[in-house]
Amino acid sequence: MNPTYQHPTERGYYGQFGGAFIPEMLYPNVEELRDNYLAIFADPEFQREYQQLLRDYVGRPTPLFEARRLSEKYNTRIFLKREDLCHTGAHKINNTVGQILLAKRLGKTRIIAETGAGQHGVATATVCALMGMECIVYMGEIDMERQKPNVYRMRLLGAEVRAAMSGSRTLKDATNEAIRDWISNPVDTHYIIGSVVGPHPYPDLVARLQAVISEEMRKQLLEKTGSELPDYVVACVGGGSNAAGAFYHFLEEPSVQLVAVEAAGHGIHSGHSAATSVLGKPGIIHGSRTLLMQDEDGQITEPYSLSAGLDYPGIGPLHAFLAESGRARFISIEDEPALKAVSECSRLEGIIPALETAHALAAIGQLGAGPEEVVVINLSGRGDKDLETYIKYADTIM
Amino acid sequence: MNRIKSAFQKKQKGLLNIYFTAGYPRLHDTVPLLQALATAGADLIEIGMPFSDPLADGPVIQASSTAALHNGMNMRVLFSQLQGIRESVPDTPILLMGYLNPVMQFGVENFCREAAAAGVDGVILPDLPLDDYVQEYQDVFRRHKLRPVFLITPQTAPERIRRIDELTDSFLYLVSGPGTTGGANTQAAGVQDAYFQRIEDMKLRNPRLIGFGIGDKASFQHACRYAEGAIIGSAFIRALDGVDDVPAAAQRFVQSVVA
Ligand SMILES: Cc1ncc(COP(=O)(O)O)c(C=O)c1O
Repeated sequence: MNPTYQHPTERGYYGQFGGAFIPEMLYPNVEELRDNYLAIFADPEFQREYQQLLRDYVGRPTPLFEARRLSEKYNTRIFLKREDLCHTGAHKINNTVGQILLAKRLGKTRIIAETGAGQHGVATATVCALMGMECIVYMGEIDMERQKPNVYRMRLLGAEVRAAMSGSRTLKDATNEAIRDWISNPVDTHYIIGSVVGPHPYPDLVARLQAVISEEMRKQLLEKTGSELPDYVVACVGGGSNAAGAFYHFLEEPSVQLVAVEAAGHGIHSGHSAATSVLGKPGIIHGSRTLLMQDEDGQITEPYSLSAGLDYPGIGPLHAFLAESGRARFISIEDEPALKAVSECSRLEGIIPALETAHALAAIGQLGAGPEEVVVINLSGRGDKDLETYIKYADTIM
Repeated sequence: MNRIKSAFQKKQKGLLNIYFTAGYPRLHDTVPLLQALATAGADLIEIGMPFSDPLADGPVIQASSTAALHNGMNMRVLFSQLQGIRESVPDTPILLMGYLNPVMQFGVENFCREAAAAGVDGVILPDLPLDDYVQEYQDVFRRHKLRPVFLITPQTAPERIRRIDELTDSFLYLVSGPGTTGGANTQAAGVQDAYFQRIEDMKLRNPRLIGFGIGDKASFQHACRYAEGAIIGSAFIRALDGVDDVPAAAQRFVQSVVA
């Protein structure tokens, strides 16, 4: 099959991005996944169980809500895809439900995960509780501090949270530790990676599990607007899983503008940013060739964003390809406008978004969308986990 | 002349390969360490090219890499340090070990040319996939007479081990068990020996060195029962911790293992 945006090549490439750059110690695990994931996903029994859990446990389909007051303010037609209403409060659980079923079929008994904002950690701890599996979540020490409620949620769910103490002590470092754990536990353990990153087949595997977002969007848009196709789909990008899910069934629809929003932190060129598509060059991180923030010696540079879920120096290889080919437009949003978007969405629509999601909301004004045009924002998560940050920055927000 | 082959011909059993991180503990310790190790009787030497995110490494090598980067080590500095090294260390095989990204950014062709010019014999890049090596790197490596070294683990399938054995003309790096560098052996009694024996029974072309978790005379000698030799990294780096006379410490360490 020719590679498309939806389907990487057999070796996991989207254009020049992707692949599986892993030490030999991980090879058997990754090979086992690669050789089995498509057949398992295609198995009717897997699908029956997965769909049932999505409906009865996650609460899907999530609503597509027409945001009238935001629409009025920006003079365009805005819909919010309510992933914040998923069980555990973000899109992350679409992926973990699928991967826990996959892990069971591969005979694994121990689950590891990395987490930044804690949403993927909570979603993993949740499905492990549901299936009675041992769960260990790696989280950067800085992130444990700024997303404290999620640390307690994971512990309440029976997971062990281990602090990653190296590097910038954030998502990148938590991912390093999770990979090292997998190297040390190659037989009984499945690594539930939380975004469309990592060695092939993870980017494709996670994108397929998140694709339910855009599958539902198409049906809901047809019902609400008379067309399955919007003019814009907007999503924030940390590693890029909610964006991959929101874009997936529109990737091959050229009339739909795909907009990926990255975190610019204190400013793209401030030295404190996570705007990978602007600052990154091709390189290898966590087993994947992608756009990567690095110095001229190929050392990975420490990213920064106030938002723990976007604070990552790479993006998934699909997104690197979307950026390079121009299929998606990339916008960067700084901390401050993101915080302002939190209060705007809260006050105009009665929805308190996650800080990650707020970056997507803050980009609405830059789209150039006309009054007749339809804009879908993927509301990837709710803001409960960020309350402490929102209190701290109340002066900016209010 | 292939120094790696000669080393294994000269001494068929009990070869000691010592790993250290370039630019650690101080930026300019690289060359004195090389010389001290060769003099003390290390049979092969692996120089770690520090990387910010060394996925296959445990805490000791992570920390030495971070320190080395902080000291200002990078590929250009390393190659300039290695200039002329074959005058003082003529025969001991030197291998460079590191991660693919810094090599990619330096440029594979440049990297191989500089390494060969400095007298480097082999390269270990754990995150370079076999297929990518064959398709994109093999020609360049061969042109510069650099030998790749590939890792084998307890989970590596027999056909893959055969393929790895075909792809190189140096030695096979037998990872002693599941885990990153410097980890203790957590396998049940007999499991590790059975794995070493299984590989020995395959009668491979290349000699084998066992690495990961080898740290003293006892573990070195145990490993040498199943292979031509063994590799020590983390334990050696720990022995350099806080010492003033780095070459003397290196010499003492080698003696403690082989004497
Ligand atoms: C609510 C929310 N949105 C977005 C993200 C970013 O991840 P991704 O880019 O994989 O969707 C996170 C990550 O933690 C998150 O919690």
